[in-house]
Amino acid sequence: MRPVYMVSGGVSKFEKARPDATFQKMVKEAFDYALGDVPKIRPDMIDGSVGSYFSDHFTRQLMAGIMATDYLGLCPKPNKRIEGGGATGGLCFQGAWEAVASGRMNCCVAFGFETMSHVQTWKGNEFIALASDVNFDYPVGGFYSGYYAMMVNRHIHEFGTTVEQMAMVSVKNHMNAYNNPYAQKRKRLTIQDVRNAEMVAYPLTLLDICVMSDGAAVCILADEETAFKLTDRPVKITGVGTGTDMMRMADRPHGEVILAPNEKKSDYKNLKYPGVHSFRAGRSAGLQAYRMAGIKDPIREIDFVELHDAYTSSEIQTYEDLALCKYGGGGKFVEEGHPFMPQIEYGLKLKRKGTIPVNPSGGLIACGHPVGATGLMQAVFAFWQIQGTIKKHYGSPELQLKKANRGLIHSHAGTGTYVTVSILERGW
Amino acid sequence: MAKNDGKAKNAPRRNPAAKLEEVMTGTTVFNVPFPKDLSVLKTMSPIVVKYPYYVEYIHSYGQDSPFFAGLANRKLLGTRCAKCDYTYATPRLHCTHCGGETDWVELPQEGRVHTFTTCYYGSEEFLEETPFHLVLVEFEGVDTLLLARLIGVGGPEDIKIGMKIRAKFRRNSQLRPTDVYFVPAG
Ligand SMILES: [Zn+2]
Repeated sequence: MRPVYMVSGGVSKFEKARPDATFQKMVKEAFDYALGDVPKIRPDMIDGSVGSYFSDHFTRQLMAGIMATDYLGLCPKPNKRIEGGGATGGLCFQGAWEAVASGRMNCCVAFGFETMSHVQTWKGNEFIALASDVNFDYPVGGFYSGYYAMMVNRHIHEFGTTVEQMAMVSVKNHMNAYNNPYAQKRKRLTIQDVRNAEMVAYPLTLLDICVMSDGAAVCILADEETAFKLTDRPVKITGVGTGTDMMRMADRPHGEVILAPNEKKSDYKNLKYPGVHSFRAGRSAGLQAYRMAGIKDPIREIDFVELHDAYTSSEIQTYEDLALCKYGGGGKFVEEGHPFMPQIEYGLKLKRKGTIPVNPSGGLIACGHPVGATGLMQAVFAFWQIQGTIKKHYGSPELQLKKANRGLIHSHAGTGTYVTVSILERGW
Repeated sequence: MAKNDGKAKNAPRRNPAAKLEEVMTGTTVFNVPFPKDLSVLKTMSPIVVKYPYYVEYIHSYGQDSPFFAGLANRKLLGTRCAKCDYTYATPRLHCTHCGGETDWVELPQEGRVHTFTTCYYGSEEFLEETPFHLVLVEFEGVDTLLLARLIGVGGPEDIKIGMKIRAKFRRNSQLRPTDVYFVPAG
């Protein structure tokens, strides 16, 4: 395998609805932005592309991938569609990585999009719920917020996690997004605001849950030689991992914890794992990526994380999967302030603020979640963070971390069925 | 929009942000205005049309079919691996752990709440049924769980993890997994 670099990225502003544009046009906006950031790139340098979108129902257009490819002018070069629920974007990113790492391409474009505004919210929830077993799960009352609510109620039962700790994730991510012009929701909230919002699926309120969006994102990946031709600040992809788990939550085993390098068997004497309280796919993906990147102590060796916070609860569960803290420690981890940005004021008393900022961009909860674009959006925001170009791309420097040499991006599908983790590092 | 959300009942219900729910109905337009000057077309508002998207789907339960035949006969069926003995509350014909074929077995009709939620909203298909309660049920001697509805409780405050619940069956089977549902045990 050859070293692979990210050389550029672009994101269309995520909106509740983009009736002014079809999916091709949104992808084109993100693509042109990415091309504009590496002016030395010529069309003949791009060897092919990988495209991602989640739902044929939302698009109501089969083979939308080729339509985006032709709109971008990337025919007759190779392209394929990658799909894996909420992790679609993360899988697409890794698909482009594979194309370059294998030597098949020197330069590959990863693009992703979703147009979720074409149906009303509750029909949209129905489409999403079809990503659960239609024999046994969907007909019982298929609703993803309900599924995640069941998972966090078990997490609360096992570990004593509180709804206030969950609300802190919402406060953090909405506040971070306040300074991100790409975000769909930019709000100053309090814990009480989150708890007083309408209950959707107990204990998750409207402000514990991400929204549906229209949007697109693009990443351009290249081998070492091409990367340094195009930019003097390429970001190296030093680790990739992909985990999976059983589609039906009911089928998840109750066995032993898969241990991270910084954990011991005695840490988890009576814990049945993963059950429905933890995401085994997230742990599996994280450990693969850590091994490849040579990371032994994630919280000390990673500077920031962009993770898939479709729910405040799943952000807390993911801290644990990624071994930023021990299983069961996720609630305390946010309560103490570790995943907050050091330089942002949240109106909260935080003892140990900013150990490892999580979702400096505002995450899915605030930026929006146009499924096929989401995992690529995280890559673009992480890329700018590592390049130190947040000011250039956001128009203001508030969200630029002082130390951002190594970041982790994490993409996650339906109750933890597919999870990808990729490690991005300063490459120059 | 106001729904029973389990919050304090005596707080005044005044909401300055209240608004009518948006609906996707509207007027059919027959004459669309058009400018003489084509260069202004790029500033035109997008045209949004609406049409139905409906299919009759012929769905086979395939190898899972006996589960539904069981429900129609007031039996709750799971499967047990003939090779490794792993027992599934939600049936599958092949064992995920060893690849062996499983056999159909009858499950106990009493179990416990492994976890739960109350859905105040839902997918369009189930929106009219809200609020409803979902539970993952655990059974003695069975390795996996079953997703089902729980009735006979008020709100989420009435449901506890570990509480005993009992299966009941619809008299008129709909050949759906909701033919079985659970109630608090005696
Ligand atoms: Zn077996």
